[in-house]
Amino acid sequence: MKQIVILGRGGQGAVTSSQVLAVAAFENGKHSQAFPNFGVERMGAPVKSYCRIDEKPINLRSHVYEADYAIILDQTLAECFDEKVKDGGLIIVNSNRLPKEIPISSKAKIVCVDITKIALGIIGKPFVNIIALGAFSALTKEISLQALEKAVQKQIGSKGSIAEKNIAALKKVYEASK
Amino acid sequence: MKKQKTKEQAQSGISKTCPGPMVFSKGAVISEPGSTMKYKTGNWRTYKPVIERAKCIKCGICWANCPDAAIKKDSDGTFIVDYDYCKGCLICDKLCPVKAISHGVEQK
Amino acid sequence: MAEKEKAEKVVISGADAIACAVKLCRPKVLPMYPITPSTLVPERLSEFVFNGEMKAEMIHVESEHSAASALYGAYATGVRGFTATASQGLALMHEILPIISASRFPAVMAVANRTLSGPLNIWNDHSDAVSERDQGWIQLYCESAQEAFDTTIMAYKIAETERVSLPVMVCIDGFALSHVYEPVQIEGQSKVDAFLPPYKPHNFLDTSDPKTFGAVAFPNSFFEFHEAEEMAMQEALKVIPKVNEEFGKAFGRKYGDGLVELVEMKNAEYALIGMGTLVGTSRVVVEEMRKQGEKVGLIKLKCLRPFPKDEILQACKKLKGLAVIDRHASLGYEGALTIDLKAALKDEKVKVEGFVAGLGGRDIDVKRLRAAVETIMKGEKGYWLK
Repeated sequence: MKQIVILGRGGQGAVTSSQVLAVAAFENGKHSQAFPNFGVERMGAPVKSYCRIDEKPINLRSHVYEADYAIILDQTLAECFDEKVKDGGLIIVNSNRLPKEIPISSKAKIVCVDITKIALGIIGKPFVNIIALGAFSALTKEISLQALEKAVQKQIGSKGSIAEKNIAALKKVYEASK
Repeated sequence: MKKQKTKEQAQSGISKTCPGPMVFSKGAVISEPGSTMKYKTGNWRTYKPVIERAKCIKCGICWANCPDAAIKKDSDGTFIVDYDYCKGCLICDKLCPVKAISHGVEQK
Repeated sequence: MAEKEKAEKVVISGADAIACAVKLCRPKVLPMYPITPSTLVPERLSEFVFNGEMKAEMIHVESEHSAASALYGAYATGVRGFTATASQGLALMHEILPIISASRFPAVMAVANRTLSGPLNIWNDHSDAVSERDQGWIQLYCESAQEAFDTTIMAYKIAETERVSLPVMVCIDGFALSHVYEPVQIEGQSKVDAFLPPYKPHNFLDTSDPKTFGAVAFPNSFFEFHEAEEMAMQEALKVIPKVNEEFGKAFGRKYGDGLVELVEMKNAEYALIGMGTLVGTSRVVVEEMRKQGEKVGLIKLKCLRPFPKDEILQACKKLKGLAVIDRHASLGYEGALTIDLKAALKDEKVKVEGFVAGLGGRDIDVKRLRAAVETIMKGEKGYWLK
């Protein structure tokens, strides 16, 4: 089983992000589970969301205590990051900085991708939550890009051009992260 | 904030939204007034409003409408933003009648 | 819009799963007053009504007391109804709950279990539903979003079985299930229609056949009405397994015998028992400990009322110790489930220890549950698993 923690700020869509990830994993024929860390959501406040992906049905229903992967949607959250990520795991940070400049001490690998820049370029707004999963797909190979595209269509397809732009940006993030 | 965290908070999984050490007082009463002051929310901000004090006419519209009471009156009667608490909603920017307030993306 | 006939597997939340099931059960009246964390249920249902996918009257009531009252009203007119609530919302319904059950209306309500404030807290434990344990409602607890979907459909069938005619509460852990997204098999309308035929009320308000509802029962009859309810509860103990079997035949999924599910209990010496999502995590604990050679099992209590005493007795006959995980504490004594189990097992050799856990959204993880099992294995006393 792989456990993923996604950190964002209220309104940034960390919860939607974990849902899309769960749908994508399901599209890939896996079992999945996505849930928010049950906060009182407010705009701008730190928000945490979890996702579990497994080949077998998932029984475990507690919080995630040691993640395989972490996705940080806002680099300012790196400063107060105290999630446990497995040694040899991966922390993806939406940042224009270099990994060594990210103030996280962990034996997990840190990768920085400037997702906000791609979002502003293609979507025109700093919507990074969904497209950040492109980096997750490229770097971890846990889910395919095709499954992610399908998941985006399913979750926000009704929003028309926003969905199309998200998919275009998703592909760009995927390419940029490879 | 990290240092003050008790073992209990660390286990609760919601520690990061709780400022300061956990106090289990009788009846869940907070006996220290103004304790919310310790909970700084400035880092929630995406946009940062900036008041150009030369343009400020001291009308106080920004001060009266700030939902977080994060605008303070300075000694000369003009207004300043308390960035420890400002969440960057930009209501002040929208309401300023003389466009003395502008904003940019917060650089952290 | 044409009714969606196709069955499909989708990734949705526990609350969505309940809303989807409710839609397929075709209730006509939905009196709703949203409260966290049950809000996703009325949200989704109002979308269904607005889109024309569901032909039902959604009543935006002014409080949960009114929601329960309108639910009573709906059943008095002889139609299926549904509502959902949580926490203080359920507490506000308290006054109406025994009136619905005593009227023998087969209402169904979803409860996204949230603790009762205070201190103010929106997170999960079972104190809301367990506090309404004695109001003549059947209470079914769910472990997964799929089970929430399936249990909602079964709930109508159980409630509407003539010899039961009692309301059912479908309980899902607030946030810990209501907001968890996972794959759920959504069944087609015709299959659900075949399983759950249209509701045939035995009593309803009809000008051509006038009846009085809500009459006074004097001391010479009140007792008998309550006795009849108790007998119906005992009937439910037979009906629930039957409906569970039928559901299994129709849809290929069932949940133990409908009352309890036994996991690795055949040669178990020690066991965990609990309700709701903590059962899922307990499965992981049992699997882990079995691998290490410990004879540990698990009893999932799906039905709290009526209490499946015989099934529990049977399952615990050979046990040395039973760790009861209560997501609710009866302040001044012990966990509510612990009290029930100690009474049920008073003549058995098994030592029952209660562990209060998960209050107000505190996580119940593998470590805590394992600690509970290890405590009973050492023959030590139960405690609050903070």
